[in-house]
Amino acid sequence: MRKLLLASTAAALVAGAASAEDIKIGIMLGFTGPLESLAPDMAAGAELAINEIAAAGTLLGGGHTITAIRGDSTCIDAAAAVAAAERLVTSDKVNGIMGADCSGVTGAILQNVARPNGVVMISPSATSPGLSTAEDDGLFFRTAPSDARQGQVMSDILKDRGISSVAVSYTNNDYGKGLADSFQAAFTAAGGTVTLSAPHEDGKADYSAEMGALASAGGELLVVAGYIDQGGAGITNAALDSGAFDTFMFPDGMFSQALEDNFAAKTEGSFGQHPGTDSDGLAKFHEAGAAAGFNPKNAFSPESYDAAALILLAMQAAGSTDPKVYKDKVLDVANAPGEPIQPGELAKAIEILAAGGDIDYVGASAVELIGPGESAGSYREFEMKGGKIETVRFR
Amino acid sequence: MDIINALVVFANFVFVPGLAYGAQLALGALGVTLVYGILRFSNFAHGDTMAFGTMAAILVTRGLQAMGISFGPLPTALIALPFAIAATAALVLATDRGIYRFYRKVRAAPVILVIVSMGVMFVMNALTRFIIGVDEINFADGGRFIIAAREFKELTGLAEGLAIRTTQVITVVTAAVAVGLLFWFLGNTRTGKSMRAYSDNEDLALLSGINPERVVAVTWIIVAALATTAGVLYGLDKSFKAFTYFQLLLPIFAAAIVGGLGSPLGAIAGGFLIAFSEVTVTYAWKRVLGYLLPADLAPEGLVQLMSTDYKFAVSFAILVIVLLFRPTGLFRGKSV
Repeated sequence: MRKLLLASTAAALVAGAASAEDIKIGIMLGFTGPLESLAPDMAAGAELAINEIAAAGTLLGGGHTITAIRGDSTCIDAAAAVAAAERLVTSDKVNGIMGADCSGVTGAILQNVARPNGVVMISPSATSPGLSTAEDDGLFFRTAPSDARQGQVMSDILKDRGISSVAVSYTNNDYGKGLADSFQAAFTAAGGTVTLSAPHEDGKADYSAEMGALASAGGELLVVAGYIDQGGAGITNAALDSGAFDTFMFPDGMFSQALEDNFAAKTEGSFGQHPGTDSDGLAKFHEAGAAAGFNPKNAFSPESYDAAALILLAMQAAGSTDPKVYKDKVLDVANAPGEPIQPGELAKAIEILAAGGDIDYVGASAVELIGPGESAGSYREFEMKGGKIETVRFR
Repeated sequence: MDIINALVVFANFVFVPGLAYGAQLALGALGVTLVYGILRFSNFAHGDTMAFGTMAAILVTRGLQAMGISFGPLPTALIALPFAIAATAALVLATDRGIYRFYRKVRAAPVILVIVSMGVMFVMNALTRFIIGVDEINFADGGRFIIAAREFKELTGLAEGLAIRTTQVITVVTAAVAVGLLFWFLGNTRTGKSMRAYSDNEDLALLSGINPERVVAVTWIIVAALATTAGVLYGLDKSFKAFTYFQLLLPIFAAAIVGGLGSPLGAIAGGFLIAFSEVTVTYAWKRVLGYLLPADLAPEGLVQLMSTDYKFAVSFAILVIVLLFRPTGLFRGKSV
C-alpha cells in the first residue's frame, strides 16, 4: 500500500513537472574582471524583465516557473567563459542566454557553446564589428549596436566640435581594436588625423610608457577606447598626471558611475558617448530599476533588460521554449509592425502575442534590430560639466 | 632653450615616472629576495601580501579621516602605514605558523613551497577582495602635485610642462629610507647578522646557536613591512585595486631575478633596470629629438624603437639575457 502511494505521488510529481516547465534564462556577464562594476546592474536589469514576466505568470499559457541563472563570463578569459556557458547549457539546461558582455568572450561562447548546442544568445553589450559577420546559425542577436556605428558617431561628434587631430589609446582586445579601427576609418574619411593609435594592456601596473608615446604623437585630445575599471582609468590618470592631455573622449566602455565619481571633475570639458536614448521607455526603466533597488542608469543595464525580455517574448511568439524554434521569432517581436511595447508592459505583450497579435518591442533602449540582428544604435553624447556627466544630445 | 625643453619632456615622461615605478618595484623585489634568500622559496603570495597591506592601510586611513586626523599636505595613509604593517605582519606570521612551518619541518623541496605559496596567494587575494571589494579606490589625500604641468609652464615660460606628484617624491624618499634601514639592520644588528648567517648556511647557523624560528619570524615581519610600504606607495601613486597587485608580481620577480635572487642590492638595481627599460625602450623620441635636432632634421615619425605593446617583452628579454649569460643575476645572487 505504502509503495503504491509513493509510486503514485512520484508519478504525480513527474506529470506535474512535464506540464509546468521550468524555464531558465542564463545570465552570462563578467561578474569578475574588467567590467565588474557594470555587471551587477546589467544582471539586475535582465532579472527585472524576467521577474516581471514571472510575476505575470502568463507566459506560454501560464503555470511555468521562470528563473535566472547567473554565469561568470569574466569578460576577458575565453576559456573560463566557455566553461561557465557550457555548465549553463548542459547542466542547468537553460533555454536561452542573456549575454555575454564583452565581445571576445561572446564570440567564443557563440562558437563553442551556443552553436553546437543550438542555444539563442542575446548580448546586451558586445559591440565588436566582427560579430556582425560571425557564423551564428541565426542564434545570435544583440541589443547593443556594432562599433562600426559608434566609430561613425565618434567621428561626427569630433567634427561637430571642430577637432581635427586626436591620439587613440585602445584596450588590446576585440572590443578596443574593433572600435579603434572603425573610428580611425570614419575619422580619416572625414578628413581628421589620428596621430597614433596604440593599444594598452588591461590590469597593468604602470602606464607611463604608453603615455610617453601618446604624448610624443600629440593631438588635440585623447580617445580612450578602454574599460573604466581597467587600463582605461590608468591611461586617463597617466595622461592627467603627466599633463600630456587634459581633454578626453570616452566611448561606451569608459562610461559608468565610476567615470563620474573619479574623473568628471578632473576632465572638465571632456566628452563621450554610449548607446542610449531619451525615449519614454528609458524613463520608465529608470523608475522601475530604482524601485527594484539597483542603478538602472549604469551602462548597458537597459540593454540587458531588453535582451532578457526579447528572449521570453520570442518564446511566447513561437509558442515554444526551444531555442531552435523561437530563434526565428526574435526579429519579429523586436521590430515593427505591431503594438509598441514599453518596459513594464511585458505582460501586455504576452497577452497580445497569445491572442495571435503582433508586437514591436521598443523597451528601455528603443530596440530596432537591423542586419544580422543587432541594434541600429542611438547614442547619448555626454560632456563633463561642473564635475557631473551631463547629456548633450542624442544621435 | 630647446635643450632645456627636451630635458623637461624627457624628465616628465621618462625619468620621473620611471624613478617612482622603479622605487615601487625595488621595494617589492626586496621582499621577494629576502624570502628567497632566507626562507629559500619564491613567494608568489608577495603581490597579494602587498594588496592586503594596502587594504589595511586604506581601512586605517578611513578611520583616521573619520576622526579628523590628517597629515597636512602629505597623504594620511603615511600615518596609517605602521598600523597596516602590524596587521600584515600578524597575517604573514599566522600564515607561517599555520602553513609554511609544516613544510619547513618536513624539509619540503622549494618547488613544493612555491606551489604552497600560490595557494596562499589565492586565499590572500580572496580575503582582500572579500574585505574591501573589487572596486577601484583612491585613498591619496593631501596635495596631489608638488608641481603640475601647467604651473611649471607658467613658472618657467617653457613650452613643455613637468609634473611632479607628491606621491612620486614620497615614493622615492620612503623607498630610500626603507632601504637604508634594511641595510643598516642586516649589517649592524645582531638579529640582522644572524639572518645573513642563516641565509648563507642554515646548518652552520643552527650549530652556532641561532634560533631558526626567530630568524624566520623576523624575516616575515620585515617582508610584511616592505610589502605593505611598497603596496601603499603604489596605491597612493596610482590607485588601489585588489587585482593589480597580482599583476605586479611579474615585473617584481623579473627585477629580483635580474638583480640576483637573494641579493638585496640586486633587487634594488633590478627594480630600476626593469622600470627604466620598460619606459625608455618603448618611448617615442619624436618630441625630444624635435627639440634637439635642427628643424629640417626633425623626425616626422614617432622614433619609437618598439611599440608599447612589447613593454612586457622588454622585461622578459632582459630576464632571458641575464639568465643565459649570468644565471645568478647581476649581483651574484643564488642561482635559480
